[in-house]
Amino acid sequence: MRAGEAFRVALGALVANKLRSSLTMLGVVIGVAAVVVLVALGAGAKHEVEQQVEGLGSNIIIVVPGKFELGSAPTISRLTLDDVDLLGRVVGDERRVAVSVASGENVSVGRRETFVTVNGVNENVPNVFDRPLARGEYITASDVDTRRRVAVLGSTVVRRVFGDVDPLGRQVSIAGVRFRVIGVFAPVGSTFGVDRDTEVHIPVTAAQRLFGVDRIDALAVKAPRADDVEPLQGKLTAALRDKYDGEEFSAVTQTQILGTIGRILGLLTLVLAAIAAISLLVGGVGVSNIMLVSVRERTREIGLRKALGARQRDILLQFLIEAVLLCVVGGLIGIGLGVGSSLLVAAVSPLPAVIAWWSPALAFTVSAAVGVFFGVAPARRAGRLDPVVALRTE
Amino acid sequence: MSSPAVEAVDVRRSYHLDGVSVEALRGVSLRIDPGEYVAVVGPSGSGKSTLMHLLGCLDRPTSGMLRVGDRDVATLGDGELAGLRNRTIGFVFQSFQLLGRTTALDNVALPLVYRGVRRAERRERAEAALTAVGLAHRLGHRPGQLSGGEQQRVAIARALVGEPGLLLADEPTGNLDTGSGAEIMALLDGLVRDRGVAVVVVTHDPEVAALARRRVRMRDGLIE
Repeated sequence: MRAGEAFRVALGALVANKLRSSLTMLGVVIGVAAVVVLVALGAGAKHEVEQQVEGLGSNIIIVVPGKFELGSAPTISRLTLDDVDLLGRVVGDERRVAVSVASGENVSVGRRETFVTVNGVNENVPNVFDRPLARGEYITASDVDTRRRVAVLGSTVVRRVFGDVDPLGRQVSIAGVRFRVIGVFAPVGSTFGVDRDTEVHIPVTAAQRLFGVDRIDALAVKAPRADDVEPLQGKLTAALRDKYDGEEFSAVTQTQILGTIGRILGLLTLVLAAIAAISLLVGGVGVSNIMLVSVRERTREIGLRKALGARQRDILLQFLIEAVLLCVVGGLIGIGLGVGSSLLVAAVSPLPAVIAWWSPALAFTVSAAVGVFFGVAPARRAGRLDPVVALRTE
Repeated sequence: MSSPAVEAVDVRRSYHLDGVSVEALRGVSLRIDPGEYVAVVGPSGSGKSTLMHLLGCLDRPTSGMLRVGDRDVATLGDGELAGLRNRTIGFVFQSFQLLGRTTALDNVALPLVYRGVRRAERRERAEAALTAVGLAHRLGHRPGQLSGGEQQRVAIARALVGEPGLLLADEPTGNLDTGSGAEIMALLDGLVRDRGVAVVVVTHDPEVAALARRRVRMRDGLIE
């Protein structure tokens, strides 16, 4: 028998049982769609984090006390402002060293109040990070030296406490202390539904007094060129270890942070895809089950076809094509549904979704393979039926 | 002398049911020449159906020799046996065995599908076969839309479409009223004369058997 003929017979059998075929297909549709959607969400999360970290600027080295590990609690910092001079000497330019001491505080104007991250910084932040201002000016060296109470606000903070009022030059209360607004950051949007425009920057000296601390949390260094990053990492930590008598410090780059986050998100994506694959497997079992029913129902037909000259492999092919057709058509619908839902999720929810080209291709291949794998046992059973026995079946 | 349409020499067939061995055929020798019209008669359980399955190559003998045309069945693999059935044997069953979802034309064309004949030629030949059994006006009907006699004629057309040398009919009138039964038997009779096809009819019915030119009577797995 020609393959085209087997295909026509298989298609005819599926069309003859429309409801049953559709329900069986639904299992595969859901499985494939789940794989596509969950992989898209995982890839979207990874993409977004990468963009965010890369958006900070290039060649940045973050220096923190202790060992850098995601998930471990931060080490109490013994870093101080003097370390800016120290690292400035290592880099060769003090203007390439930014500092940060951060704390969550209430920010208010009149009765409008919001809780945000207040970051004590020095004047070098714009040299290190790409964080453009929408209006006004950034904190200067003299602001830091004189512990001036000035603040640069994120756009969301402005909207929450000032509403439509122009904030420049106005007073804002941070943890009960009055600061003057000198600048507003350009909006950067949100990641995973977390608003990134809720930051407030004030001079580090003013922040230390406000928070009642002498330390700083972290230093950020901008290497002059990409080639300088790696040697600098070693030099920076060595200088700090010398000063602090063998204590541990870490100097990490965006690439390293990305690597760590990427591994975690990659694993997460894998787990999600595995869970989705289970539903695809269940769909495959459904196909196998319905094919067994189909073979039993059509035992007499199989017997007749054999009597008329169908060989074992003709019958096997007919039923195998039927199973594969169920899975492939289900797979294609599932890909359509999965891509559609991913785009929908990306459009209406804060979750990002990125359709990797390989995920529909993989889903399709897997669903076809599921068809072969789960179709082959019923098809073999059909092919091996004894025509005498099959013809006698009622 | 030409080679027989089918020849069985001391053929035995036993079945194992629940550990008990049952001998359905206990040494049957039978030769049927091209163009012969043979009726196989005998009571239920005499081995008629088993003999028919063996002659039709649906089953293999436990021992003895079975030749269809000039081929020894014992030397053929399952695939070759299927091909042999397709080319040289036509079946007519008591219960018609037509595919319910399929038109008369496509039912008749089915054996040609397994011979790899192209669609256009299949339709042409199926139409000719249906015309030969007087159903030229029923090509697009499904079995459910046809009377019992018509359905059996479709089955005969299907058995003949591949131009076999041997036609095996198992109780072809068993599910039909007397009138339709007589028509079917007349049709089979005509075949022998017009085409030189050997016809073997297995039947209970003495009237049907009387139409054949030769009668083979079976009892307890043996030819009397």
